[in-house]
Amino acid sequence: MADLTDLTLAEARDGVRSGTFSATELTQAHIDAVEGARGLNAFITETPERALAMAADSDARVAANDPRPMEGVPIAIKDLFCTDGVRTTAGSHILENFTPPYESSVTQNIWDAGGVLLGKTNLDEFAMGSSNENSFFGPVENPWRAADDGQSRVPGGSSGGSAAAVAANIAPGAIGTDTGGSIRQPAAFTGIVGMKPTYGRCSRWGTVAFASSLDQAGPMTRTVQDAAILLESMAGFDAKDSTSVDIAAPKFEAALTGEVKGLKIGIPDEYRLDGMPSEIEALWTQGAEWLRDAGAEIVPVSLPMTQYALPAYYIVAPAEASSNLARYDGIRYGLREDAEDLTDLYETTRASGFGGEVQRRILIGTYALSAGYYDAYYLKAQKVRTRIAEDFRQAFETVDVLLTPTAPSEAFVAGSKSDDPIAMYLNDVFTVPGSMAGLPGISVPAGNAANGLPLGLQILAKPFDEQTLFRAAHVLEMAAGVTARPTQWWKEAGA
Amino acid sequence: MALDKATVAKIAHLARLRVADDRLEGLASELSNILTWIEHLEEVDTEGVTPMSSVVEANLRQREDAITDGAKADDILANAPGTAAGFFTVPKVVE
Repeated sequence: MADLTDLTLAEARDGVRSGTFSATELTQAHIDAVEGARGLNAFITETPERALAMAADSDARVAANDPRPMEGVPIAIKDLFCTDGVRTTAGSHILENFTPPYESSVTQNIWDAGGVLLGKTNLDEFAMGSSNENSFFGPVENPWRAADDGQSRVPGGSSGGSAAAVAANIAPGAIGTDTGGSIRQPAAFTGIVGMKPTYGRCSRWGTVAFASSLDQAGPMTRTVQDAAILLESMAGFDAKDSTSVDIAAPKFEAALTGEVKGLKIGIPDEYRLDGMPSEIEALWTQGAEWLRDAGAEIVPVSLPMTQYALPAYYIVAPAEASSNLARYDGIRYGLREDAEDLTDLYETTRASGFGGEVQRRILIGTYALSAGYYDAYYLKAQKVRTRIAEDFRQAFETVDVLLTPTAPSEAFVAGSKSDDPIAMYLNDVFTVPGSMAGLPGISVPAGNAANGLPLGLQILAKPFDEQTLFRAAHVLEMAAGVTARPTQWWKEAGA
Repeated sequence: MALDKATVAKIAHLARLRVADDRLEGLASELSNILTWIEHLEEVDTEGVTPMSSVVEANLRQREDAITDGAKADDILANAPGTAAGFFTVPKVVE
C-alpha cells in the first residue's frame, strides 16, 4: 500500500469510506508521521490516544454502513481552538496549563463530520505574528529549505504549526485562524492551500479571541478540493456566536466545476509594490494569463485605500486585543504570579505570562483607546475601514474575484525580521485589506522561487461567495500544476 | 507621535502590565515608531464617513432571555490558580 500520509484529504476520506484501509490504519500512519517530525515543532500537544479512539469509532460507523462526510480523516487543530479535556494554550505561557471543559463550535462540527483529532498545532502567541517565532513553545520550522543556503526558514504565521503539518504530510488537513492573514500567508510560505472564509461563516465560539471583528477560522490543506471539503464540515450558523451569519453553508466541493469561462478577474493596480521581488510580480502576471487562457476575462481595477489598510489594521486589531486579553487576570484561569495586593498580582501575572509582541500590541491598543486619543486613532481607523470596504464593494460591481500575490516575499530566514516589528507587519500587506472588509480569500500554491521555496497567489471574492472563490482557485491550481514537495530532511533530524 | 517614558508607564499601568523602568525607554521608541507609521492614516479624507462597527451587514440578533446553562461550578473552578470552598481566591482587598 502506498504511504497513507501522501493521500489528499479527499483520497483519505474516500479510502476509509470504501474500506480500502481503515480509519485506524490511516490515523496510525499520521500519528507515526507526527512523531517522526518532532524536529519541526509543529505540535504543542499530540493526542494519539484520543485519535485512535476516534478512529475506532469511525471504523465502527463504516462497518455499520453509516459514515459521516469526513469519516476517519485525521485533522490537526491550531492550539487556539478550545478542545474539551485537551490542553489549549494559544501559544502562551499564560495559558500553558489551561484545559478547557468545553469544545469550540468549529472543532465540534469537525468531530460531528467524522474528523479525528491528531493534535494541537503551534502558533504565534494569541495568533499575533507572521513567522511563528512568537510562540512560548518555541518556533516552528518550515519544512521547506532554500536550495541555495539550506538555512531554517519560518513557516509564516500565525498558523505556522498547522501550515507545517500539512506541508510535511503529517496531516491531510488542518485548521487555522486568520485575523489579518494568519492562514493565507503561512499557506503561501509552505506551499499549501489556505482559505479564510467570509467573516461570519464559521463560528468564533470557543476560539481564543484576538481581534473579534476580524478573527475567522478556515481550512489549510494540500489541494483546493480538500479545503472545500474541510470548510464544508467547519462552517454553519451558530447561535452561540452573535456575529455568526444565519446562512446555510453550501456544498463547497460541488462548486469545483473546473470552469471559469466568462468569469471577470480583477487585477488591483495598487498591489504592485515598489521593491516587490520580480519573480512574485512575474508569477502574478502568469496567474492572470492562466486564468485568461481558461476563458476568464482580466480586468484592471483600482483599490486606492490599499496602502492604508495595514496601518488601520494596526489600530483596530491591537485595540480589540487589548480589550479581549483583559480577561487574563491570574484569578479565574491561567498563570498567576503571587503578589501582596490585587493590582500587583494583575501586573506581575500579565508581565510574566505574555510575550513581547503580545505586550506591545496590548500597549498600542490601550493607548489607541485611551481618553484623548480614541478619536484620533481608533475612530479614524474605523472610518478608514469603511472606506476600504467601499473600495472592494465598488470593484466587485465590475469583477467577480480579485487576483493578487499572497505575500510580498517567499519564506524568510528565521530571526531575520525579529527586531523590526514594522518589517514583520508588512508580510500581511496583501492579506489585511480583504480581512478589513470581511471578504473570503484563499492562497493557492502557484509556483516556486528561483531558490525552490514555494510562492502563492491570492484570490479574494465577494462576501459569502466562497463558491466562486473555490471555483477560480481550483482552475488556478490546475493551471499552475505545482508538484514540488519539500525533501523530508526532518525525518533524520527527528529520529 | 512620539511617546515619552512617562506615557508608556501610564499606558502600561492602564493595561495592568508591569514594565521595569529600564525597559521604558526602549518601549517608548518602539511604540513611537509604530505610531508614526500608523499616522499615515491622517492623509485619508474621512469627512462624513461612518466608522465601521461591524463588517457583517446585519443587526445583532435578539435571543430569548432564558437560562440555558449552569450548575458547572467545578468546571468553572477547574483551571483557577487559587480556590477555596468553591470560590476563587484573591489577595486581601479590604483592610
